[in-house]
Amino acid sequence: MMTNLKTWVSAAALAGGLALASLSAGAARAQETIKVGILHSLSGTMAISETTLKDAMLMLIAEQNKKGGLLGKKLEPVVVDPASNWPLFAEKARELIAKDKVSAVFGCWTSVSRKSVLPVFKELNSILFYPVQYEGEESERNVFYTGAAPNQQAIPAVDYLMKEEKVERWVLEGTDYVYPRTTNKILEAYLRAKGVKPEDISINYTPFGQSDWQTRVAAIKSFGSAGKKTAVVSTINGDANVPFYKELANQGLKATDIPVVAFSVGEEELAGIDTKPLVGHLAAWNYFESIDTPENKAFIAQWQAYKKNPKAVTNDPMEAHYIGFNMWVKAVEKAGSTDPDKVIAALPGTEQKNLTGGTSQMLPNHHITKPVFIGEIKDDGQFDVVNKTDGLIAGEAWSKQLDGSKDLEADWVKLNCGNYNTKTKKCGGA
Amino acid sequence: MIRILLLLLTLGLSGPALAQSDPYARLASDSYGDIETGIAGLAASGDPRAGAVLAALAEGRLLYRPSDKALFVKQGDGLVEARSGGAATAEGLKPVRANNKIRRALEAAQGQLNLVSTDPGKRREAAEAVFKARDTSALPAVETALAKESDRGIKRLFEQARAALLLAKPGTPEADRLAALPILQARGDGDSIAILRTIAASDPSETVKAAAGRGIQAIETRLAVAAAAQNVWYGVSLGSVLLLAAIGLAITFGVMGIINMAHGEMVMLGAYTTYLVQDAIRAHAPGLFDWSLAISIPCAFLVAGAVGVVIERGIIRFLYGRPLETLLATFGVSLILQQSVRSIFGPTNREVGSPGFMSGAFDLFGLSITWGRMWIVLFSFSVFLGLLFVLRKTAFGLKTRAVTQNRRMAAAMGIRTPWVDAMTFGLGSGIAGIAGVALSQIDNVSPNLGQGYIIDSFLVVVFGGVGNLWGTLVAALTLGVANKLFEPYFGAVLAKIALLIFIILFIQKRPRGLFALKGRAVES
Repeated sequence: MMTNLKTWVSAAALAGGLALASLSAGAARAQETIKVGILHSLSGTMAISETTLKDAMLMLIAEQNKKGGLLGKKLEPVVVDPASNWPLFAEKARELIAKDKVSAVFGCWTSVSRKSVLPVFKELNSILFYPVQYEGEESERNVFYTGAAPNQQAIPAVDYLMKEEKVERWVLEGTDYVYPRTTNKILEAYLRAKGVKPEDISINYTPFGQSDWQTRVAAIKSFGSAGKKTAVVSTINGDANVPFYKELANQGLKATDIPVVAFSVGEEELAGIDTKPLVGHLAAWNYFESIDTPENKAFIAQWQAYKKNPKAVTNDPMEAHYIGFNMWVKAVEKAGSTDPDKVIAALPGTEQKNLTGGTSQMLPNHHITKPVFIGEIKDDGQFDVVNKTDGLIAGEAWSKQLDGSKDLEADWVKLNCGNYNTKTKKCGGA
Repeated sequence: MIRILLLLLTLGLSGPALAQSDPYARLASDSYGDIETGIAGLAASGDPRAGAVLAALAEGRLLYRPSDKALFVKQGDGLVEARSGGAATAEGLKPVRANNKIRRALEAAQGQLNLVSTDPGKRREAAEAVFKARDTSALPAVETALAKESDRGIKRLFEQARAALLLAKPGTPEADRLAALPILQARGDGDSIAILRTIAASDPSETVKAAAGRGIQAIETRLAVAAAAQNVWYGVSLGSVLLLAAIGLAITFGVMGIINMAHGEMVMLGAYTTYLVQDAIRAHAPGLFDWSLAISIPCAFLVAGAVGVVIERGIIRFLYGRPLETLLATFGVSLILQQSVRSIFGPTNREVGSPGFMSGAFDLFGLSITWGRMWIVLFSFSVFLGLLFVLRKTAFGLKTRAVTQNRRMAAAMGIRTPWVDAMTFGLGSGIAGIAGVALSQIDNVSPNLGQGYIIDSFLVVVFGGVGNLWGTLVAALTLGVANKLFEPYFGAVLAKIALLIFIILFIQKRPRGLFALKGRAVES
């Protein structure tokens, strides 16, 4: 233990020294580099998901530098750790933009962290690329959403279950915070519009980090014994998923009886579970590691070489960063400058090949076009794609299903407005 | 003229028609629809190889060559030709894919084939599969199997499957339908009630509808009783987890009075020790895997206990009598431990496998009890009894109690009080490590594991009465059962809030918890 403590102390000292060194070096070379901010939690609850994204960004930046950088300058990553602490996200964002003078920031995972940094990005006029699927109902001039909007993940998944699995009864199971609550509201409205009766929809929320799922899984089982095909739509977040799936497996709830389709479970999350009893449960994403395209193969090889780990997995938000970063590079080249106003103007319309064989485009509402894949969990922890949408789906900032947002439109090119009301013909919401 | 046309047509059609009737060709496909018809065709063909081929498909060992649609089965390291079973070599093979529909079709088909298997376990599974699939074409097969069956338990399962099929088949005489209902009612589980509900809603005959309605009512009453019992069991199981997490704290906080915020991290260290032990076993002695948890218990105790002793000697002993400083210092220690583990093992979850005896569930008077939870309940009670024994019946326990009750007197009697402090803290931490072994089976093995349990642990200890092990036991079980009884009515979020309010009110009334220690030591 003593030696352990010693190595730890020396490692800490080393890290501190390195940070100082990079700071001073950064100040000296400030003239020749373009700085890119990376705002992902490296400690605390969200570190489990966000650390990989930091590494992915570092890899993409290193790769771009190998190609000669951008506008003849080298790119320089600036990494900060907001420690899964929402107010700290805003502080760190301010530090990145005001002190480090970064040209763009790639970061955030949870919606609450995004909402926390929004005012900072507006005030200091900078650019945020947000790589995670989210609940929609937002379009900001300074934010580019490279993850899926609800119509690019939740709705196609429900369509698949209705058509292919003939599901008539629905359990919407989520963690109690804004993303599941909004997504479930949209899904409930969508299902009701499709003729599903209210008694055939059961909505439930559990706290963050829920680890005892016995009661909920038993309740799902009994809800499923009404003689109609039942499915679970899961917006359970992060840590709570492993105990949930373990309980499903233990209580013998198989995918052939009651399939579970998840929106927050990817290759990374499955790495912590024995997936043999879970074969057939589903996930909906815009990217799967198992998709067989030359671009994806090259990306996975590059990632595994960068991580020096032949078993390192890739996931959907990583692809979102890949698309977002390359779009930003193209927009900066097109604008000939990293000035935020010019880059924001240049970004809509930018096209970038995604890793699944299509070409994604940045839309005027600052969302992108994406394909939607439905994958079934395999016994090796990967997904087998069983369904794919025809072509790419355009991300909708405002849901067509919700009363408050039906009439809203986001268009930063023609209308220069994120919430234009088509009924009152005014910018500024409902 | 027409004849010639017809002839041409038949000639033209005969090729694909032949392929269609050959289930093997159907299976060698990329289309789920084709594979599904192939499965049904193969199951109905009576081909002696059918069982082996379907089993291979279910296990992902069925491969095909896209160029000529030849099928192969992977067996061990080699390949055999699917149709003949002869050894073969081939290249450029792709696995025949399965989705949920295919897996359902497979279960049904395998069920039909296994109805007459010589292995009773397989017949049992087959009966269940046929019952679930409700494919009416299996009815003759079930009837033949039923006539031949001699095992009473399996015979009953066959009868239930037959009843389900009779009810699903259109045109079954009303008398048969009426006779089938009580069989399902006797089975009385979720699947049977599902069938009865369909009948009660759609059967053409009013008498059958009414009978089905009565059946549903009978099952529902029984299920309601079972559900109440089930909730109590879930509560006991949750309570045992709380007990495990809190019992170490009952010593460090309850007996020694140290507010140890790093307690959860001791649990986490125990879980990571389990991971390392399993990793070593997988690499060096895979045969011992079922023993991995038993081996992990002493290891986790030693690792967490040693870390506990180091923390006590290095930090806490300088802070005795200053609870606020202790709280802050141990909170810092908990952050350091979390981040160190994150730096060493990475932020993502580590997979800790479950040994065979801990997976699955069994039925006890209509209650479905998962093996994993049951072992944890037993384990947690034995840890409790073990700890009670150590504190009550051993010399070390005597010294611990002496030191906590009257430190100066104990020192005067020749007890090395600093040593007892260190060992007691080590014991509490070690027990937390053991809890980590059990929690690795039901929760994430991640650096955050401990955080989820620290608040609950303090709640249990405070509610039970500081310094009283029995109080901890009663408090853990009470909180567990109350939580699980609230949950179905209020939902998980509100149940937790309701419980917190209850504890706050309770502490107002009885500040020393359920079982308060009495005597002079408490006042000082």
